[in-house]
Amino acid sequence: MKKLLILLMSTLILMPVILSAETPEENGLAIATEMDRRDKGFKDVTANMLMVLKNRHGQESTRRIRMKVLEVEGDGDKSLMIFDNPKDVKGTAFLNFTHKKGDDDQWMYLPALKRVKRISSRNKSGSFMGSEFAYEDISSQEVEKYTYKWIRDEEYKGMDCFIVEYYPVDKKNSGYTRQVSWIDKLEYRAHKVEYFDRKNSHLKTLTFKEYKKYLDRFWRADEMNMVNHQNGKSTRLEFSDYDFQTGLKDKDFSKNSLKRIR
Amino acid sequence: MKILVFLLIVKMVLSLVFIPQPYSFDLSGNVTVEGRYFFYEPLFAEQERHDISLSIEPEFYHELDAGSSFTFTPFIRTDYADSERSHFDIRELNYLWVNDIWEMRLGISKVFWGVTEFLHLVDIINQTDFVEYIDGEDKLGQPMIHVSIPREWGVVDFFILPYFRERTFPGEKGRFRSLLAVDTDRAVYESADEENHIDFALRYSHTVGDWDFGMYHFNGTGREPAFLTGVDSDGRPVIRPFYELIDQTGLDLQTVQGNWLLKLESIYRSGQGESFYAAVGGFEYSFVNIALSGIDLGLIGEWAYDDRGKEATTGFNNDIMIGTRLEINDASSTEVLAGFNEDLENSDRIFFLESSRRLRDNLKIVVDAYFVIDSSEDSTIYSFRDDDNMKVELSWYF
Repeated sequence: MKKLLILLMSTLILMPVILSAETPEENGLAIATEMDRRDKGFKDVTANMLMVLKNRHGQESTRRIRMKVLEVEGDGDKSLMIFDNPKDVKGTAFLNFTHKKGDDDQWMYLPALKRVKRISSRNKSGSFMGSEFAYEDISSQEVEKYTYKWIRDEEYKGMDCFIVEYYPVDKKNSGYTRQVSWIDKLEYRAHKVEYFDRKNSHLKTLTFKEYKKYLDRFWRADEMNMVNHQNGKSTRLEFSDYDFQTGLKDKDFSKNSLKRIR
Repeated sequence: MKILVFLLIVKMVLSLVFIPQPYSFDLSGNVTVEGRYFFYEPLFAEQERHDISLSIEPEFYHELDAGSSFTFTPFIRTDYADSERSHFDIRELNYLWVNDIWEMRLGISKVFWGVTEFLHLVDIINQTDFVEYIDGEDKLGQPMIHVSIPREWGVVDFFILPYFRERTFPGEKGRFRSLLAVDTDRAVYESADEENHIDFALRYSHTVGDWDFGMYHFNGTGREPAFLTGVDSDGRPVIRPFYELIDQTGLDLQTVQGNWLLKLESIYRSGQGESFYAAVGGFEYSFVNIALSGIDLGLIGEWAYDDRGKEATTGFNNDIMIGTRLEINDASSTEVLAGFNEDLENSDRIFFLESSRRLRDNLKIVVDAYFVIDSSEDSTIYSFRDDDNMKVELSWYF
């Protein structure tokens, strides 16, 4: 009886929410909500990130970044990125408080001057550290930041996928009219995102490689590759040493903590 | 006594440097070659037209358990033209102890306060290393006991500053000097304890939504000297820096409103002549990703006011500063900041440029320029009127 109850409960919990949705918009929202739900409870995560910038002649330059993310109950995540390389920006840190509604809070720490600088988070479409990733691409993807529309189902690299369009809520400051995302039905992971600029022409494509499962639950890709079709440049992010639930706290993501970060 | 303290520090450093594995030191830093070319014949016969200089700033960092760490950053410059510019300083030599309730930094360290771009009015903990550059952003290491208490309702910082650092000034052969050179060997203090007077500071700062603010009180020897005329050991007339005991209350405030950053810094100081207040405030507006080029452009406008008028030791008594910051966002991190400063009460006008670019992974070039377009006889920049220059810095990072 107890077993049956557990089975029943888990069926209820795991039952895709989309069953109840009807319009393409409701479908899209349901998929995004389910994606978000599946990643809830990671608490915090740290990882190393190698950023490889490639210009149109194929020349590469690299940046080495340490990344820390804290899940915030009821609001967007807090994240911290610390630069180790190039050496002239070593110790530079970027602190971001994502908000479900309204603008994010962002600060930059400049170690040479020991100065914490507030930056305007309306920089959404601006390049993050010279890469093809805009600030809005590296910011935590909260459900509330977009409206959605399910387009169709399609097979992508042998996986049964939803194709969902994302429309930014902050239309004025986003660099995009829409993003088209390929999400697998089995684990709700994004595998490809196409970005369309404000004139609705295809700007960039992001692909994800080598998803791995952490703590038996949280999926993270080892590699993300952003190709800009308009300027011929690309940026590859290679992640390593993922570590979940390390016990990071709010105070590790404060303006004060920036001053002693390494 | 001082020698004893010094030996103790040396012993501490050596014992940490030679700690056996698995303890490891993180060594980083830079070696910089700097060339300066002055566009005009110098105003004073002793000064040089060109200058070449070499500086080294290594940083030894060692992390202990539980987030505690040790940092040692010596700095040395050797300068061809000006012996006063050749100098050694310990920028940092401190031990940081962190626990859940508070953090303490013990030793020589650097602290920056402030929000505005062109004038750093509230920044007071560290003395300006003026021989480095005229913008006042280079600082000397300050011995301190710094306790920081971060709470939900803000951060409280408490400082005990047991030793005073004198401002550096160019010598007779250096550019950017006053009519009579400042004789840094003959500083005068108001306090009988001279540089051993113990200074205190208390600061409260917090972030509420789009607002960042901080307020503090400082009690001790003021970092900005007044100047007295005197004679050096050979009986020649010189200027002697006079360091007075002051009380200073400061406020810094910043808010982000969309693409606008609005900033204000203000101080009230007593103990240096008549009590006065001074303020600087303004904005920075950013245009992001202009025409999808990836280029960001910031426009900066600030106004500085000082109650003391012409007596203002900062040189900013009623000045308008406008500037523009260009970030190319390329792989070389190319950046340019251009600024223009106009005194509203006399004819002083300055234009400056700061630019930088990474040449290779470990190599960076900085090109700065500084022009006094016009100056009036009673202003602080009058003796710099022929010091227009271009500076090229090549830094190798390790």
